[in-house]
Amino acid sequence: MEKLLVARNVSKTFGNYKALNDVSIEVPKGSIFGLLGPNGAGKTTFIRIINQITMPDTGQVFLDGQPLQPHHIQHIGYLPEERGLYKSMKVGEQALYLAQLKGLSHQEAKTRLKYWFDRLDIGDWWNKKIQELSKGMAQKIQFVVTVLHQPKLLIFDEPFSGFDPINANLIKDEILTLREQGATVIFSTHRMESVEEMCDHIALIHKSNKILDGKLIDIKRAYKSNTFEVGLHTQNPDAVTAELHEKFEVSPATFKSINNELQYKIKIPEHASPNDLASFLTTQGQLTHFVEVIPSANDIFIETVQKN
Amino acid sequence: MNHLSLIIKREYLNKVRNKSFIIMTFLSPLIMVGIFTLVAYLSQLNNDKVKLISVLDESGLFTDQFTNTPSLQFKLLSNVSLEEAKSTSEENSDYGLLYIPKTATIDDLSKSITFYSEDSPSLIVMDDIEDAIEEKTNTLKLREAGIDAQTIKELRIRIDANLETFQGEETSKLGSGLKLAFGGAAGYLLFMFIIIYGNMIMRSVIEEKTSRIIEVIISSVKPIKLLLGKIFGTTLAGITQFLAWVILIGVLSAVVTSILGIDPSAVPSPQQEMIESGGGVESIAQDVILEIANLPIANLVIMFILFFIGGYLLYASLYAAIGAAVDSETDTQQFMLPILMPLILAVYVGFFTVIENPHGTVSQVFSYIPFTSPVVMLMRIPFGVPVWQQIVSVVILFATFIGTVWFAAKIYRVGILMYGKKPSYKELIKWLKY
Repeated sequence: MEKLLVARNVSKTFGNYKALNDVSIEVPKGSIFGLLGPNGAGKTTFIRIINQITMPDTGQVFLDGQPLQPHHIQHIGYLPEERGLYKSMKVGEQALYLAQLKGLSHQEAKTRLKYWFDRLDIGDWWNKKIQELSKGMAQKIQFVVTVLHQPKLLIFDEPFSGFDPINANLIKDEILTLREQGATVIFSTHRMESVEEMCDHIALIHKSNKILDGKLIDIKRAYKSNTFEVGLHTQNPDAVTAELHEKFEVSPATFKSINNELQYKIKIPEHASPNDLASFLTTQGQLTHFVEVIPSANDIFIETVQKN
Repeated sequence: MNHLSLIIKREYLNKVRNKSFIIMTFLSPLIMVGIFTLVAYLSQLNNDKVKLISVLDESGLFTDQFTNTPSLQFKLLSNVSLEEAKSTSEENSDYGLLYIPKTATIDDLSKSITFYSEDSPSLIVMDDIEDAIEEKTNTLKLREAGIDAQTIKELRIRIDANLETFQGEETSKLGSGLKLAFGGAAGYLLFMFIIIYGNMIMRSVIEEKTSRIIEVIISSVKPIKLLLGKIFGTTLAGITQFLAWVILIGVLSAVVTSILGIDPSAVPSPQQEMIESGGGVESIAQDVILEIANLPIANLVIMFILFFIGGYLLYASLYAAIGAAVDSETDTQQFMLPILMPLILAVYVGFFTVIENPHGTVSQVFSYIPFTSPVVMLMRIPFGVPVWQQIVSVVILFATFIGTVWFAAKIYRVGILMYGKKPSYKELIKWLKY
């Protein structure tokens, strides 16, 4: 797949502190790329390097195959985690100013702003000052300003913080629409459910090093442990339990069920087929529940970070 | 439109439209003219009241000595006792009663003259009275010694030295005073401008930090552009305000003068009295115009502009760096001292050393040091500074300006993204290497 953004062996040191250590990341065109990592891992530094706010000590970043240059700023839309607007400036004026800084002409910026303000139903805020708006309202303006110049690459750092569930959903849909229209999205967040929902690729940075990256599906495949959650309705539970413990790695499980049944997590050997387990279980009673345990993004995050 | 002009435009409009900025622009001249008018009015009021002084002269020596002035009137009493004089004087609510007893010798008088009054008398009034008495006693003493006072008066010669430079330029003490006024005004103006608008730049940097918009902005423009845009935008707003002040003060003074007949600039000052005692007002005005024409006007204007821009930008970039380094205005204190010290030093050197000796070693040295040169050199130029010295000083100033902008940009670039901790000087030096 074609890569929109390629970072090669990027390192950055602040004084004695190494913020990024030889990090290489490739972001495929048209993907929603989750940039994950615990607090202070170096995500923000990496994002700032992409935005040319800080320069890497070593390593290179390419956008569309070209080494990053100042004019690339027009092709990137960045919503930082630490965000805000001029409090005493009017909404419309401010949005125009920020759009013009991104290289849009005054006229063009105005037309597009009108479109977005109508789309998000915030047209009557144009002449209000930011200090008159709530935090969520200001966030909406900020979102519009980020995407207004139709950048190829969108970078969102915790885009949903400060939004109520309705507006968070609205913004999520807008991000997905932008992706449909051809934008590539880098998405940094601690909310694993949105990663699960939206990202197709992820990279995990921990203590300045990239420790994991790839397609989310591939990673999940790699992290699955051949474990199945089973429910079995049986006449002699003690005997079955004893036999299961003998043959497999068994741990207790609890899931919601209407049956009064045995509930276990069972891990089968590496090359065994789940069919073997299933057919064994069917001989012992009525199989009411059989699901492969797929690691969630949350599990993968915690497991990988703790392992390192 | 390119980024820099966009930023300058925003900074300018943002400042100029700011409510407190507008209020200050109109209120300051009002307050200033108002205060001067009030002072002028009050001092007129004060002078208008005639002070009546009764004189009981038992010695009989001073009957002709006290002449009435518009503010002082003397009433000679005779054939009354001191007690009676005191009580009538008090009843009439006179300003005071001067009692001169009869003494054996004139020398005895010195200790025995008394002035009775309700409150402590004005020092100026007492000086006048004492002068009058002294003049008379001196004449009497001279006569006693057999010397004619009139002869001495005729023999006295007043010396008024003509001043001329080796190049043949005629100067005068009046000229020196004017030069001092020009230099002082220029230096002081710059000093005020730096403090007022430097602070404004610093606050605007802090505002961008606290509102957290800074990261959005610098993902679009280079920090150095933002820094320069901020400095230029605020400077333009400052010049606008200054011009508005000059015009408003001019107009208001004219209005006040014509309506109330009070001249706000006519607050009596020692210099004015000195000038007035020296000759007619008209001839003074002519002299002033002549002296102004003698000043190196072109040189003064060009250098004023250069030093003003250079000096202001130098300090403005430092103010911006401070703004970037801290989180809130309360944290700026520790960094303000190193900025204010050279500024205040410059003004002190200007007003004390330059006045005493415009071309002395101290004055010269400080007119090369870039942090003091704008103020000190501006004050020296009216006294005639060789052009090469001026050029060297300007070059040093602008070279240093480039240095401080580089330094400020470094601090700024790192500082605007630093939150939460109050940086130490050590930390700032570390930032330079990032």
